[in-house]
Amino acid sequence: MAADARAVVAHHFDSPDQQREAASLGMWVFLVTEVMFFGGLFLAYVVYRGSFPHAFAAASRELDIVLGTTNTALLLASSLTMALAVRAAQLGRRLPLVVFLALTMALGSVFLGIKMYEYHHKFVEGLFPGAAFRFSGPEAPHAEMFFCLYFAMTGLHALHMVIGLGVLAVMLVLGARGRFGPLYHNPVECAGLYWHFVDIVWIFLFPLLYLVGRHA
Amino acid sequence: MKTHPHTGPVVPVGVYVAVFAALLILTAMTTAAAFHDLGPMNNVVALGIAALKATLVVLFFMHVRYGTRLIPLVVAAGLFWLVILIALSLTDYLTRGWLGVPGR
Amino acid sequence: MVALPSETGIPPKVHYLNADYGIRSWLLTTDHKRIGILYLISITFFFAIGGLMAVLIRMELATPEGDLFQSDTYNRLFTMHGIMMIFFFLIPSIPAVLGNFLIPIMVGARDLAFPRLNLFSWYLFNIAGLFTIWALVHGGVDTGWTFYTPYSTRYSNTHVIATALGIFIAGFSSILTGLNFVVTIHRMRAPGLGWFRLPLFVWSLYATSLIFILGTPVLAITLLLLAAERVFGIGIFDPSLGGDPLLFQHLFWFYSHPAVYIMVLPAMGVVSEIVPAFARKKIFGYRFIAYASVALAVLGFLVWAHHMFVAGMSIYAATVFSALSMLVAVPSAVKVFNWTATLYQGSISWDTPMLYALGFIGLFTMGGLTGVMLATLGIDVHVHDTYFIIAHFHYIMVGGAIMGYLGGLHYWWPKITGKLYPRFWSRISAMVIFIGFNVTFFPQFILGYLGMPRRYHAYPPEFQVLNVMSSAGATILGVGYLIPLIYFIWSMRYGRHASSNPWGVVGLEWETTSPPPTENFETPPVVTRGPYEYSRSEEVADGR
Repeated sequence: MAADARAVVAHHFDSPDQQREAASLGMWVFLVTEVMFFGGLFLAYVVYRGSFPHAFAAASRELDIVLGTTNTALLLASSLTMALAVRAAQLGRRLPLVVFLALTMALGSVFLGIKMYEYHHKFVEGLFPGAAFRFSGPEAPHAEMFFCLYFAMTGLHALHMVIGLGVLAVMLVLGARGRFGPLYHNPVECAGLYWHFVDIVWIFLFPLLYLVGRHA
Repeated sequence: MKTHPHTGPVVPVGVYVAVFAALLILTAMTTAAAFHDLGPMNNVVALGIAALKATLVVLFFMHVRYGTRLIPLVVAAGLFWLVILIALSLTDYLTRGWLGVPGR
Repeated sequence: MVALPSETGIPPKVHYLNADYGIRSWLLTTDHKRIGILYLISITFFFAIGGLMAVLIRMELATPEGDLFQSDTYNRLFTMHGIMMIFFFLIPSIPAVLGNFLIPIMVGARDLAFPRLNLFSWYLFNIAGLFTIWALVHGGVDTGWTFYTPYSTRYSNTHVIATALGIFIAGFSSILTGLNFVVTIHRMRAPGLGWFRLPLFVWSLYATSLIFILGTPVLAITLLLLAAERVFGIGIFDPSLGGDPLLFQHLFWFYSHPAVYIMVLPAMGVVSEIVPAFARKKIFGYRFIAYASVALAVLGFLVWAHHMFVAGMSIYAATVFSALSMLVAVPSAVKVFNWTATLYQGSISWDTPMLYALGFIGLFTMGGLTGVMLATLGIDVHVHDTYFIIAHFHYIMVGGAIMGYLGGLHYWWPKITGKLYPRFWSRISAMVIFIGFNVTFFPQFILGYLGMPRRYHAYPPEFQVLNVMSSAGATILGVGYLIPLIYFIWSMRYGRHASSNPWGVVGLEWETTSPPPTENFETPPVVTRGPYEYSRSEEVADGR
């Protein structure tokens, strides 16, 4: 093993390749646990939407489709910048790495800002589940179930975004200090995998929550 | 595609941009489709497009297309178990009313 | 003549236990062997708490009247007994202690793939335990370990949130352990160590890790939704919003049924190591046992609703789950038959680990066969929520998992500590535990079949004889557990030094010193043969 490789490989690994493949496999396995974690919520969604299709359609129309679509586009764009950040780390290009990470964080923050605005709006309209819930359409309790799921799913997704932003901030600092290069960029790669996963969750949440009853 | 011996796959920028463009187009398509009454096909289109988008992200942004064969297996296992969770639970929900006896 | 390897030996000058001293060197260690010992200490503590609850439960049930505790107190006792034993003892027992210690050695690696994550998971586990103990000392929980809604969300005024949070965090700890094992087994095997040269213990823990990874997150989201419903009124399971309490049960059992396999699969792995070692014979049907482990992990996920047959689920779905449940018997029986076939014509030595392993095989068979009975819809309706169920799952969890855990601990103790424990007392304890266990739990099969329901602190007087038997057995069992605790601690100070291979068996872990060096091997091993090549090992012992 070359001296520069030895410097970045932990004592219990034999080579940078083994270390990188272990890190990437570990991250993928973690993402599988995340799939199952959100899976419980998706099951609840499937069961209740199957039971109360009309209430779900009516409740879904209360969501702002313009904001939802904008947020989808923002998150997709942040995935692009994230992929480019990983590429920069692989090639050991420090400035592009920092710039793309910062862009990713900026896009993610705007997403969260819009999400907060939407939440605020729902609170004001009395669409948060609980004693203060007000819904003018039919089947109010079932519509409330839709909003239970809406807040649980998007809230959990937003929490993942916040954690992701924290991870990216750490990567930004380490990247700016020049810690990553062709031999060692597993942390950026894993952070990227996580960020893309959060993007994928939203790719499914968007049609399930925002697009249900639009044609009626 | 150039690869340093230890870097893992370095994907050309053009690929990423093309994938991003495809994702945006698919988003526009799914939103537009939602405003047309396609009957039960609305759900199929919405979920189909979402699955397509997710596949693009997984294959290109997440490098599954370029990595070892183990990773697709891990992804498949995750999806398979998600299907177990939802499908076997639905055996209950879809057949609960069949007997016509309340509470059974 | 075959020169038997000697039991005692001279310890290596530097090994993982004396490589570094002081409390910091333990609390900040990333050595998988030391973390295994940290887990051993933690789970022994939690086992003692869970055991104390069991003692109190059996005391109350010695008389038909509810004279020792109020029914409310009794509810909290059995809830805490279940939570402590399941989430804080049985689930981490073999994986986090023996698995942590052995997997890197068995695959010929210097450590697990993510050593710091491993230490982190131990801290998470203890934080989780603290939450639960906090809940315990502040009055406990009365929902049963299953937290069924709407009682847990609406009506119980006990510490549901703190306990659920504790289990949530403990779940993270086990996810990280499983993740570490999977990556280590995939990516860090020594040269020459193909999948079918792995010891069956590694196979069984690989299968266990799959359950950790795929099942635990579902429990996590379920408990999170439970907490959200209690705190924020986000009523996913709330019937007044059209919510379905059965959905909670589906989600809960999706994890908690496979969790039984988390407990018993590692024990099966231990038995698959012990049986060939003390029969001095290559294991029969290696590949079948390996595949059966994976099959159990997969099938374990297809049967969960057999816990809900009388809960109001669809009778058609119940039929499907009933049939699938019976399938579990197939890989289980494959294992039992293969162990039996390994014993056939072996030169069996009755050492302590073997006594535990044989105990496991018998008790697991009992538990498994009654499991097939319970998978049958009609019988399940008859004995649902009776002591028959209690007896059944204690045969699996105590008779199976704990026997396996103790067997493994006795088998590898000389490797872990480098010390030998008293042979006489260890054999006595194995037999006391076996007898005590059967006296405790066999009467419960009869009680349940006669109709005594679970989770009550009082019962009709005609059930007293069998209950007194059960309580008496529990006393014997308790003594049986205390004996190993005493001589294990004794052996650490006064035990003779173990040689590197005190049992004279094969396996990578016996090729390094006892205790092993910090990086496990003096020279990185290269594997050239399968795991149970007993005929050849005699040649080696013979000097060839």
